[in-house]
Amino acid sequence: MIVQIDPVKQTGKKYWRSLEELSNTSQFRQWVDKEFPSGAGEMLDGNSRRRFLNIMAASMGLAGLTACRRPVEHILPFAKSVEEQIPGVPLHYASVFSLGSKAQGLVVESNDGRPTKIEGNKKHARSLGAASGFAQASVLNVYDPDRSQVVLEAGKKSNWAKFAEFWKSQNLGDGEGVRVLTTANISPTLAGLEEQFLAKYPKARFVEYEAINEDELLAGSELAFKQRVRPVYDMEKARVVVSLDSDFLLHDAAGLDTIRGFARGRKNEHEISRLYAVESNYSTTGAQADHRLRLKPSEVLGFAADLAREMGALPQGLKILGQDGKFGKWVKAVAKDLNEHKGTSVVLAGSRQPAAVHAVAALLNSALGNVGTTVEYVKNDRPAMGESIGKLSAEMGSGAVKTLLVLGGNPAYTAPADSGFASNLSKVGSVIYLGAEADETAKTAKWHLPQSHFLESWGDALVDGIASVQQPLIEPMFETMSAIELLAMMLDKQGKTVELVKAQWKLDDKAWRSALHDGVIESVKPESVKVAADAKAVDAAVVAVKKPMSGFEVGFYPSATTYDGRFGNNGWLQETPEPMTKLVWDNAAIISPKTAEGLKVVQGENISITVAGKTVNVPVMILPGHAENCVSVALGYGRKVVGRVGKDVGVDVYPIRTAAGMGFSTQATVAKGTGTHNLVTTQEHFYQEARPIVREATLAKYHHEKNFATAEDEHIDEYSIYGYHKYDQGNQWGLVFDLNACVGCNACVTACQAENNIPIVGKDQVEKGREMHWIRLDRYFSAEGEHSDDPQVVYQPMGCQHCETAPCESVCPVAATTHSPEGLNDMAYNRCVGTRYCANNCPFKVRRFNYLNWHKDMEESMKMVSNPNVSVRMRGVMEKCTYCVQRIQEKKIQAKVEGRRELRDGEILTACQQTCPAEAITFGNINDPNSAVSKLKKKDLNYGLLKELNLKPRTSYLAKLRNPNPELA
Amino acid sequence: MAQDLLEEKDKLYLERMNQPLVHGDPSYHEVTRVVSEIVEVRTPKAWYIAIGITGSITLLLKMMIVYLVANGIGVWGNNAPVGWGWDITNFVFWIGIGHAGTLISAILFLFRQRWRTSINRFAEAMTLFAVACAGIYPAFHVGRPWRAYWLFPIPIADHGMWQNFRSPLEWDVFAVSTYATVSALFWFVGLIPDLAILRDRATTKIRKTVYGVLSLGWRSSSEHWKNYEKAYMILAGISTPLVLSVHTIVSFDFAVSIIPGWHTTIFPPYFVAGAIFSGFAMVVTLMVIARWVFKVENFVTMKHLENMNMVMLATGTVVGYAYATEFFIAWYSGNPYEQFAFINRATGPYWWAYWTMVSCNVLSPQVFWFKSMRRSIPVMFVISIIVNIGMWYERFVIIATSLHRDFLPSSWGYFRPTIVDILTFFGTFGLFLTLFLLFLRFLPMIAVQEVKGTIATDKH
Repeated sequence: MIVQIDPVKQTGKKYWRSLEELSNTSQFRQWVDKEFPSGAGEMLDGNSRRRFLNIMAASMGLAGLTACRRPVEHILPFAKSVEEQIPGVPLHYASVFSLGSKAQGLVVESNDGRPTKIEGNKKHARSLGAASGFAQASVLNVYDPDRSQVVLEAGKKSNWAKFAEFWKSQNLGDGEGVRVLTTANISPTLAGLEEQFLAKYPKARFVEYEAINEDELLAGSELAFKQRVRPVYDMEKARVVVSLDSDFLLHDAAGLDTIRGFARGRKNEHEISRLYAVESNYSTTGAQADHRLRLKPSEVLGFAADLAREMGALPQGLKILGQDGKFGKWVKAVAKDLNEHKGTSVVLAGSRQPAAVHAVAALLNSALGNVGTTVEYVKNDRPAMGESIGKLSAEMGSGAVKTLLVLGGNPAYTAPADSGFASNLSKVGSVIYLGAEADETAKTAKWHLPQSHFLESWGDALVDGIASVQQPLIEPMFETMSAIELLAMMLDKQGKTVELVKAQWKLDDKAWRSALHDGVIESVKPESVKVAADAKAVDAAVVAVKKPMSGFEVGFYPSATTYDGRFGNNGWLQETPEPMTKLVWDNAAIISPKTAEGLKVVQGENISITVAGKTVNVPVMILPGHAENCVSVALGYGRKVVGRVGKDVGVDVYPIRTAAGMGFSTQATVAKGTGTHNLVTTQEHFYQEARPIVREATLAKYHHEKNFATAEDEHIDEYSIYGYHKYDQGNQWGLVFDLNACVGCNACVTACQAENNIPIVGKDQVEKGREMHWIRLDRYFSAEGEHSDDPQVVYQPMGCQHCETAPCESVCPVAATTHSPEGLNDMAYNRCVGTRYCANNCPFKVRRFNYLNWHKDMEESMKMVSNPNVSVRMRGVMEKCTYCVQRIQEKKIQAKVEGRRELRDGEILTACQQTCPAEAITFGNINDPNSAVSKLKKKDLNYGLLKELNLKPRTSYLAKLRNPNPELA
Repeated sequence: MAQDLLEEKDKLYLERMNQPLVHGDPSYHEVTRVVSEIVEVRTPKAWYIAIGITGSITLLLKMMIVYLVANGIGVWGNNAPVGWGWDITNFVFWIGIGHAGTLISAILFLFRQRWRTSINRFAEAMTLFAVACAGIYPAFHVGRPWRAYWLFPIPIADHGMWQNFRSPLEWDVFAVSTYATVSALFWFVGLIPDLAILRDRATTKIRKTVYGVLSLGWRSSSEHWKNYEKAYMILAGISTPLVLSVHTIVSFDFAVSIIPGWHTTIFPPYFVAGAIFSGFAMVVTLMVIARWVFKVENFVTMKHLENMNMVMLATGTVVGYAYATEFFIAWYSGNPYEQFAFINRATGPYWWAYWTMVSCNVLSPQVFWFKSMRRSIPVMFVISIIVNIGMWYERFVIIATSLHRDFLPSSWGYFRPTIVDILTFFGTFGLFLTLFLLFLRFLPMIAVQEVKGTIATDKH
């Protein structure tokens, strides 16, 4: 309260604020009376007891009102300034994201000490500046309120000190009966600690297990080359690509460089590469294929072997699929095409396929002279994981394991069904589980130790000769430890974890600093291995594999959203539509329409799949283009012990995944099951209705008719009574989506979600059509006729098109959406009253309305992931893609600070563009004829959607080209 | 011969025209007594029961609105792509109902259609109450209803900026608010002489005071009548274009957009015809009940009802013609999106809504070609209800089926109402009927002074 003190009565030194106050004129007193509510000064009178009681009574009465006050917020300044921290300006740090036996370099944005946005590291060869959806969404896990936060002993709260006591009290002796189960260990620091652990406990054993692993790939290389090596592809050089059930554009990609290389090979409209895909499930790779052959998973080997025999890489022998008919024609055509592209072709095998297929692929690559040009092989010493967990489980079952230390990975959920791992856990003396979640494994463990997130702990990764440091961005949110820290503690190592990592790499200070800065350790270089293929051994392996079965087959693939189940509690990923089915918050049994007919099931009805005596009931999703008589199911769903997000989501199919059938099983029995399940997709209609939405042509047609993309556009008489506003001054923003490059991987969707604080809404709201994604990937089938069994698939990224004559703007009654002078269609959230008229009038339906308060149930910790530069929208307002206007402003300010008048082309990257591994998105100033975006817009493939509506969209598309082999036409 | 025929026809016409509009040859006092006594008798038990029911339904409406404002539009079935669902459907439905009142009171007045006198008060009341129900939707269908006042160009509006005058929704704000104001004024001015009668007949102090204040010192002096007639005429003149403009502008919400199925120039006349159609249907529904309950068959005669049925037949056929024209133009335009929108209406996921609309609106009123049918109380009662169901469906078909499948097949969807949608709509009927019951209880339901004028003309 402001109290006016009578300056006359004041004693001591006199202070005054103005000359008027000093002179204390009557005008001044009047002014004071007006300025401050009368009575404010009465408190000081102090002579009236009644007055005092009055006020007391009143304040007692008013005390109740304080409950209505907003909570007090304290603004606490940094007592000590953080190094390099400018308030409001984010900092970026390099780190690395490991998933299975792959690693991706990252640059992580930190806002006031909170990691908020994950981006790719340009200097990391597996990232090249892009980041996968998993990597980007992993930042949400840091703030997951359902994370394990404290040490649990037999399910009861404990602490680290008690665990340390327990560990010391154990008499481990020489390590007899001690087993340590880790996830794929690609961290040299951890490996170093393992060595020291083994030195201390020589009889202990380390076992690595990942549900999604490269066992078959490495086994295949052993067959063909007699050494464990992994192929690294240079897809840009490949003119002919043959995929043997390899989803190298999503799950089977060693890194995002594979996507980038492939996309570059497809972007040059004069000479695009050719892709043959042989697969059972319709993958994102299949969607890019010029020719796609549907085969059951077990038949792929037959195709591979026939191809190799046709080409002479394998000795002549019985052709498995036969020489005639469709397969024969395919084999001949592909063989011819490959032979014509020696050294510029590549054959890839999918991780689901058995070692023999990988061996054939390796053999073909080396026979074609591709090694050294499009393929290089690097050493990889990951052990055979499926085998070793089986052995471990057997040991556990026999009671030989006294202490089992599990370092992450949730093996109780992901282990092969016939290994009996989960049940054998109870036969182990003490199970110590370091895990990020209180999951299936944690439930059975004696000690559950909370694990740090990779953004909270030091570490490193070395894959394919690329070394990077995992640099933390934040102190652990809870009392957690990383695997490195735990082992260090067990080995009584003192000091900071960072010193362990530093010591491992033996770098001097300068090199260490540059490794932290770049995210990559420069001194470590990838070394390719010389290989020599052994055709005889491969032939023997091919012959040894049983012939294709006639029965049902079930193929397992990693979920595009939960991976192997580890992202089950990640809302961003759960709500990201599966690339091909557009399914959210679920997995499903994917079958072809004909197979569904045979099984007499419709979409959403359950089928029962039985493998090795175990049965699961999975709802059916019908996907044209899927191979007949086989089922594809995604792993990673139906988690039983999981946080709130992943609860009751999907079906667990691990019970039917045996060690012998990790990729697919030929022994499946499939029948109509019981009950139905409500499957929710973000897109329900997949046929373009013959509308010119995605424009596509063959390369041959394009050469014949360069302007095919716009040839059928209606001529628009650009007449307006008012005249059009001329957007010809300064920056004029525009964007191009290259349909030849886009592989539908969803990385942009997650990038946009993280950058623009886009809420998740949940399955029931998605079903109502209320998902909030600002960018979506529309997926259409194309085929001769609507219901073809073997359609082609195209993707089309769709966000606000920023029409110059935007139909949304003219209908908003309160002018909440208007055009900026730079051609952006802006949304003023706090002016919006929410009539939804704009969304109705948007022909692209890209506007998203906050139907409910999506942030209502958001946990405090989850709020920390928000980007402070983007407002969180309240319920009742409309929102949509802004072309990342905050990024535009940021760079404009920066340019101004630096005294530049003009922005550099490519300086501003939208979030989707920045993370796109395929470089399918180009943003920039269309007013500058030399900008990349202007050049793309001048291409003859460039077209705008719905031209007849005269919208003048700033977003345009480059029409898609396919390069089919005339011999297969 | 031809001359004879013509004369014969003229004679028949004159005879028809000279049919008395009021039956039973009541005296002026009789008219006053019959109409006034409805208001003056001790409140019947049935009224209490009736208002108890409708009042409860109104409370339900209130609860639904509170629930809506507390949680957001998500409690309704609206989604993307169907941003407007039952909300705007119901808005247009109620606004349409209101049209009959203004048409009867203003246009028929200017055209000297004397038969309007017995039903105009009733129809005008219906207009006001329907507009009140309609007004709920635009106010509460917005995402942030506490900011809905931003649609009005109030100088104190927080942002110190103008509205977007290019937006048809903004035109709607002016059209509907003008309509509501003028209709209320027109109704009240017409009420003044009758309120004076009630004042003069009042026995209690409260009635004397209330009717006294409301009748604004009416003493039936010539001066008063002169002013009254002038005012009434002017208001009728103002109201007349409103009959056409309100629904024209409501139709602009759709016609000015670019969505196939909305973007059509036929909408203004089509909407106006539909509005009159549904409005008359509602008047018939209510009038049939009211004349039976309050025994005013002598004032609201079969002739009145028959005339209204003929208006329904005419407007219903106009509406049917509009449906056909839409299809023809879709085909004739050669615009594939437009063609798809209409084929989808008739054969897509909402085919049932489309064919319900056609059978209710186009087929059902055709029975009124037969005189026996249009003079049959049960038939007209049933048909009038069917027509209103059909007209509700017409708005639903236009709004939901056009939105649910527009340009990009990737974003096609489907709209399903929620229980809150349904109960809110049900609740507006509660409000409508509650207001009606209050009107019947406290105000003369038939324009006494005007009917007296009609009797005078009949007699002389």
